[in-house]
Amino acid sequence: MTASLVIEQLLNGLQFGVMLFLMAAGLTLVFGVMGLINLAHGSLYMVGAFVTAYVAGVTGSFWIGLGAGALAAAAVGAIVEVTVIRRLYARDHLDQVLATFALILIFSEGTRMVFGAQPLWLDVPPLLAGAVTLPGGQPYPVYRLAIIATGVLVAVGLFLLILRTRLGMRIRAGESDREMIGALGVDIARLYTLVFALGAGLAGLAGAMIGALQSVEVGMGEPVLILAFVVIVIGGIGSIKGALLGSILVGVVDTLGRVFLPLGLGQFMDSSAANTTGAAIASMLIYVLMALILAIRPKGLFPAHG
Amino acid sequence: MADPVLEIAGLSKRYGALTATDDLSLTLRPGEIHALIGPNGAGKSTLIGQIAGAIRPDAGTIRIMGHDVTPRSIAARARLGLGRSFQISALASDLSVLAHVRIAAQAREGGAFRFWAPVRWDADLREAAMTALARVGLADRADATVGALSHGERRQLEVACALALHPRLLLLDEPMAGLGLEGTEAMTRFLADLKHEMPILLVEHDMDAVFELADRVSVLLYGRIIASGTVEEIRADAAVREAYLGEAH
Amino acid sequence: MDRRERAVNLGLIALVAAAPLVAWALGEVYYINLASRVAIVAMAAVGLNLALGFGGMVSFGHAAFFGLGGFVAGVAAFHDFEETLFAGLLPGTNQMLVIWPVAMVICGVVAAAIGAISLRTQGVYFIMITLAFAQMIFYFAVSFPAYGGEYGLSIYVRNELPLVDTSDPMQFFAISFLGLVAAIWISARIMASRFGAALTMARLNETRLATSGIEPFPVRLTAFVLSAMITGLAGALFADLNNFVGPSMLSWQRSGEIMVIVILGGVGRLYGPVAGAILFILLETFIGAETEHWQLFLGLILLGIVLFARGGVLGALAGGARHG
Repeated sequence: MTASLVIEQLLNGLQFGVMLFLMAAGLTLVFGVMGLINLAHGSLYMVGAFVTAYVAGVTGSFWIGLGAGALAAAAVGAIVEVTVIRRLYARDHLDQVLATFALILIFSEGTRMVFGAQPLWLDVPPLLAGAVTLPGGQPYPVYRLAIIATGVLVAVGLFLLILRTRLGMRIRAGESDREMIGALGVDIARLYTLVFALGAGLAGLAGAMIGALQSVEVGMGEPVLILAFVVIVIGGIGSIKGALLGSILVGVVDTLGRVFLPLGLGQFMDSSAANTTGAAIASMLIYVLMALILAIRPKGLFPAHG
Repeated sequence: MADPVLEIAGLSKRYGALTATDDLSLTLRPGEIHALIGPNGAGKSTLIGQIAGAIRPDAGTIRIMGHDVTPRSIAARARLGLGRSFQISALASDLSVLAHVRIAAQAREGGAFRFWAPVRWDADLREAAMTALARVGLADRADATVGALSHGERRQLEVACALALHPRLLLLDEPMAGLGLEGTEAMTRFLADLKHEMPILLVEHDMDAVFELADRVSVLLYGRIIASGTVEEIRADAAVREAYLGEAH
Repeated sequence: MDRRERAVNLGLIALVAAAPLVAWALGEVYYINLASRVAIVAMAAVGLNLALGFGGMVSFGHAAFFGLGGFVAGVAAFHDFEETLFAGLLPGTNQMLVIWPVAMVICGVVAAAIGAISLRTQGVYFIMITLAFAQMIFYFAVSFPAYGGEYGLSIYVRNELPLVDTSDPMQFFAISFLGLVAAIWISARIMASRFGAALTMARLNETRLATSGIEPFPVRLTAFVLSAMITGLAGALFADLNNFVGPSMLSWQRSGEIMVIVILGGVGRLYGPVAGAILFILLETFIGAETEHWQLFLGLILLGIVLFARGGVLGALAGGARHG
């Protein structure tokens, strides 16, 4: 167990955490402002990934694909908000869960009909194709570092947006009192569409970037979505700060657990048993983390509402 | 003097910069109606929440029948004998009147963890519930759904639910609110009668009713009791006049 | 329950009972097994309905119990077939009369643990946490290779019940059907009992329940455990029906499906899950035969029902609001 392995895995965990943050930020914003639980958020991630892989394949440019993917997800988000989602704000969570579950079915089959059942692949752009050398001599892909940097930029941007802009002020007002912003004369319908599209765009951006690391296929969104749920439950629903911290916590714990648990168990048992037991325990680690945090703080680390 | 059934000592609750309950002490003794009055925002709701167990105080203790219940749940306090009614009715509009009172009777008549025998055929439960309903004059409405009740009937039902617990003290949160003249008079007579069975901590806006019923009155202002005494003493208290009665009358 | 709803309920149960008889007369084994599937899936949904419909606990993780029940049947049969010991201690068995109680007890214990943590929270937290715990069990099953990991486990010979030939489709249907009827009957008894009254009040007005001297938490937790046990038993039957158990029985899609069946049928109605299961499996089978994209249509239908036709099938057929 060398220092460079630890650094490499920490970076991997951070990169995974950033992806989770891009997903969780939108989920938690939409819940905080509109009180909506959106299961179809993973579908927007998938849309971002498919459009990016497809456009990049056609144009030959990763960057055009990336822009197209994030924008397409935001646009699809806005359309879905206007046609379906806004009818759900006044409903209970059960209706919201069902309707957005139905949206998952529609998006998944729709994507399969448009893009076919074969997975798509995306190449890392030449600009980010290289590797840097970590202290300890291990090479580390620039692309993953770029994802981390993007996550940091988005996080900073979101905090500035929420703390420093008129839109952010309205979002904060909406979180604390939905009737008040109506009384202030803010066009709520437009604000909601904007917030939803923003969240969708971030999910799309995450999907767009992941395409160069894993295959782009139907059903890719939901595992990330469920992890993002774990993140915002840990962080406190409605809190961007909680989403950021929760994402990094989950990303790092999950990544390190998968690598180091089998290694650690290998000290006590033979390596194949250590591998299987370690992998099985590692797969449950973040849920145990979630359970522990909830046992101590039932509303997460940074509860947004009281 | 008999031991108090409810004894509050040094109770404090803060919300940020706002002190909702400020080192408050209060007792309720057998046989009396102790009225708690105060203008809006004086901290009555917070105090009631703490007595009932819905709000945890920051400091101080609450004793019911001599037991320190400060860390205990709402249900545990109810089982010790605290019956309460709500300012805004806490009822389920789809359920029948009888179902509400039956639930209250369940806790003392063998508990909720019986899974097989139909509750409809449970004669003990029905009898206990009907007795409580008859006390408040709601027996003929037993099978109506709560949604079909008038405002006054809901208030009666709240009291019936509290009575079905066979409580040792009552905490009534504005039982007269919205009752109209006739209803208020009936409720006043009823409470005057009831206090011989169980002492009542009465939070009420209707000054006529308070002055008619109360053996003791405490005036709450900014989370503190600024005056406490008999009706005459409170009427005569200059500070109370200034702080509260001048405003209400 | 009014007369009309009673008639609809009777009609639904008769439909489930009659369909395999017709199929049997026509020699269509496929449809007998389809009816068994309807009965078993309906039973799983009856379990969820106890928590979701009657208790107001929106569990998005009931596949955990469905799958656990399935794995009990699969693992018991596996050790029995291989003549090995579970965890080096317990022999396997192919006897349903052993498998069922074990499945129910295991599901009950797991539900008690999950519920004890999840029920500290409410609303959206509860939905997400139950989903997350089900995912935890799903990933454990996928990454634990002893029982097939992601490939699952075949049950080579269907588990046995004394006096019954379980490998005969008609007799297996009879078992499934009786399981469903028993689950509905037990739910009905529970909901009519004192406990049911308390659970109903916990859903409708928690403060009223607590003020009446009854702690809401143990009432909810007990209902959650009972609900999981019923769904777990259905899972054990489902594994035997398919001669297979795999992680797909534990997946979040499965949780969603059981939930959809409850809602399609009508939340908090005793026979809602039966109506929901019939509709769901018919859609799956007959649209699925026309197009591989049947889930698109299922999604659209579901969306339409949630947005425009609340109350589910029973709401439409029997009318009225759901009863307490």
